Amino acid sequence: MEEAIRLTYDVSPEDFTRAGEASSDVKGKLKRLGVPPDAIRKVSIAMYEGEINMVIHANGGRITVEITPQQIRMVLADQGPGIPDIEQAMQAGWSTAPDEVRNLGFGAGMGLPNMKKYTDEMKIDTVLGVGTTITMTVNI
Amino acid sequence: MTVRDAMNVLGARVLVGEENLDQEVKSACGSDMMSDVLAFSKDHSILLTGLCNPQVIRTAEMLDIVCIIFVRGKKPDQTILDMAEERNLVVLETGHRMFSSCGLLYQAGLNGGAI
Repeated sequence: MEEAIRLTYDVSPEDFTRAGEASSDVKGKLKRLGVPPDAIRKVSIAMYEGEINMVIHANGGRITVEITPQQIRMVLADQGPGIPDIEQAMQAGWSTAPDEVRNLGFGAGMGLPNMKKYTDEMKIDTVLGVGTTITMTVNI
Repeated sequence: MTVRDAMNVLGARVLVGEENLDQEVKSACGSDMMSDVLAFSKDHSILLTGLCNPQVIRTAEMLDIVCIIFVRGKKPDQTILDMAEERNLVVLETGHRMFSSCGLLYQAGLNGGAI
């Protein structure tokens, strides 16, 4: 793996059943590239949480993944409502997800804290009414 | 213990993955909230849940879980079972409630892993 590998996924907002397909694909590709299991696990969990968030809160979006021998960088960009208070959103247990999302097993307010926990670096750029871009890096 | 041992302890039925029953399992987690499973699960081999949707399979996939046990007699549909099969997961179903299922497995020697 000499050069960076770049993958792009459009996350569909319509079908909750399909949420996670992009993360699943990335996980498979990282395995085939021989990336260490620990890094694969971190990327899988962080990206999957992010992907679920995009479907729940932001009407879908686009994920770009860049893989180099040193790190895996994920950029999750949506055109959703934006996050009014990032500090509050980062608190474990804080959630604005509706009950129907909880019935699906998500919305426990662990998404963003989990993404931070499993990545080496996480940056949130958000503008109300415009969208949110989350950039996460996992070092190999 | 093996997945087969866990199956016997719970009197569970195999829905998918008959050929993978002899895999070794060391610890388990039980929850209907996949967010919590993703947050707190570390190296667990078994996921017990009463939640019945495709995200259960994806959560298991992300965490390298080898066996999903649907408790309270929950019956996953064919889409869920097909997804599990593609990922070489074992899917079991038991009539026991969550609390009893976890208790029986714990008593049989399976633990919940480190906090």
